[in-house]
Amino acid sequence: MGVLAASRLSFAYGSDPVLDDVTVEVAHRDVVGILGPNGSGKTTLLKLLAGSLTPASGCVTLDGRALDKIPRRELARRVAVVPQETHLAFDYTVLEIALMGRYPWLGAFEIEGPSDLAAAADALDATGTAPFARRAFPTLSGGEKQRVIIASALAQLDDRAAPDPHQRDTHRVLLLDEPTASLDLRYQLEIGALVGRLRRDRDVTIVLSSHDLRLVGSVCSSLILLSHGRVLATGPTRELLTPEIIGELYEVRADLAAPLLP
Amino acid sequence: MTDALRPETHPSQPRPHGPSPPHLLRAPLTRGLPIVALSFVALVASVGLAPFVGSTSLSFTRVFATHVPFGDNVDAQIFLLARLPRAVAAALVGASLASAGVVFQSLLQNPLATPYTLGISAGASLGAMLAITFGAAFPLAGVAAASLVGAFLAVLVVYALARARQHGLSTTVLLLSGVTLNAFFSALILFVQYLSDFTSTYRALRWLMGDLDVAGYAPILAALPFLIVAFAAFIWLARPLNLLSLGADAAGTRGLDVHRTQRVAFFSASIATGAAVSIGGPIGFIGIIVPHLVRLMVGADHRLVLPVSAFLGGAFLVTCDTVGRTVFAPLELPVGIITALVGGPFFLWMLLKRR
Repeated sequence: MGVLAASRLSFAYGSDPVLDDVTVEVAHRDVVGILGPNGSGKTTLLKLLAGSLTPASGCVTLDGRALDKIPRRELARRVAVVPQETHLAFDYTVLEIALMGRYPWLGAFEIEGPSDLAAAADALDATGTAPFARRAFPTLSGGEKQRVIIASALAQLDDRAAPDPHQRDTHRVLLLDEPTASLDLRYQLEIGALVGRLRRDRDVTIVLSSHDLRLVGSVCSSLILLSHGRVLATGPTRELLTPEIIGELYEVRADLAAPLLP
Repeated sequence: MTDALRPETHPSQPRPHGPSPPHLLRAPLTRGLPIVALSFVALVASVGLAPFVGSTSLSFTRVFATHVPFGDNVDAQIFLLARLPRAVAAALVGASLASAGVVFQSLLQNPLATPYTLGISAGASLGAMLAITFGAAFPLAGVAAASLVGAFLAVLVVYALARARQHGLSTTVLLLSGVTLNAFFSALILFVQYLSDFTSTYRALRWLMGDLDVAGYAPILAALPFLIVAFAAFIWLARPLNLLSLGADAAGTRGLDVHRTQRVAFFSASIATGAAVSIGGPIGFIGIIVPHLVRLMVGADHRLVLPVSAFLGGAFLVTCDTVGRTVFAPLELPVGIITALVGGPFFLWMLLKRR
């Protein structure tokens, strides 16, 4: 039984169908990559898995519970999302952004305590962003911003403050939407290394969408291939990352896809 | 990926080892608390001192002389019945407009938004114009009530428009309908002006300038219930507004009820603006100058920005009004002229220095 499972999901923006009858399952501590051409529904699938969107039909379950039955804050303690890009209108510091991840752990008027600060500091350490904890977020480069948002998501999933031991050891999920899009080679490598470290060091299940075949090849253990809103194939990365299948997915000739594979 | 490529081993990217640096273990919020306290002192001091400044100078000892009966104590009468209500009104209006500005800027994710961006002041002005022009029998309180009704009608129209197309509040539609409503109400105001006589046109113009010449405490007490509701909402909003800065989707995935936050922000800031305008007319620029200066001082955290903006907004308007009452004494310059003279150049400077 997977940690996160979507069964027969369909979704449409207005009258344009985006996802049609999508069934996928994500196993505990797996790193799953969602691959597919532009407009194939990757971001929409991630939003449905996060509970940000409500499916037109079908349902998403986390440990067997339907997402819309899980209270907002409880869901946020277990599922964190890193969007493709984050723009801020105001100059929050990096540490403040990381602390925003603690929102679902705090009461309405509660101020962040030592455990929240420790969770944020750990998350900044894990992403290599602690050296600029006091910098204003809008002054960072694209790769630095992406890592800070990942730190905020890690702080969000940190369950050290859980009042009740039952809430610990529950499965936690990190969803990343094209984490290396618009980043240069060095930052692509950094994000890839970071995902690899998270998989190794943290008890977290990761789902990421990407066009970056090398990233997917190096960090993902299994893949979901989306094409025109439908699942083309799911399975272990080594079986699916072949020139023939990738060529079919992106509707290009296999010999053109081959050099792009890791 | 080979270990040699791991970026944390890159020489230009030293990774801190061992425990986190100590500055990380201190809440950033606590560093701003002295500024909150100081700005509160500034507000109390300005309200306490402003009544002593004016065309007739007051003696501190005579104002608080207990052995003279109040009926014979002219100093105490001027202090308590004329100047103190004016200072209190300035403080409340300044605090409301500055904090409403903070909330609107955060709701619209736009640092250049003001409390008047969504057409609330135009609605209030139209209400006031109608009362001044067609309600000759109206006492002063009637104008305030009419402006409050106009403001709330504008709020409801904008809200209905922004809700029409989607479940949550669309900030784009909010902005567009606000701008349109502003223009439409301005046209109606001109139309009402065209129909009115000389005296009421003069009164209307004076009202539009923004003036804190309140006659006693009645207008303050009338607006107070609205302001109490709005400020209670602001206290609750401080942290949700931080989350909202990440964008609606990202705030939602962190556990925030985005729609409720947007609704509370919209209505509380609108109520505060409507109530403030009913007391002092559409006094401009407070709602943008103060929040920006405050952000330069305390950063972006709304738990600091909101209270400091409220306190300094109050102190700023009390000071502006005191200047307006004294520079051309015995003439009293409407405070809206002062804030606009200061605010216009400030706004342009901010526009130019923006990234």
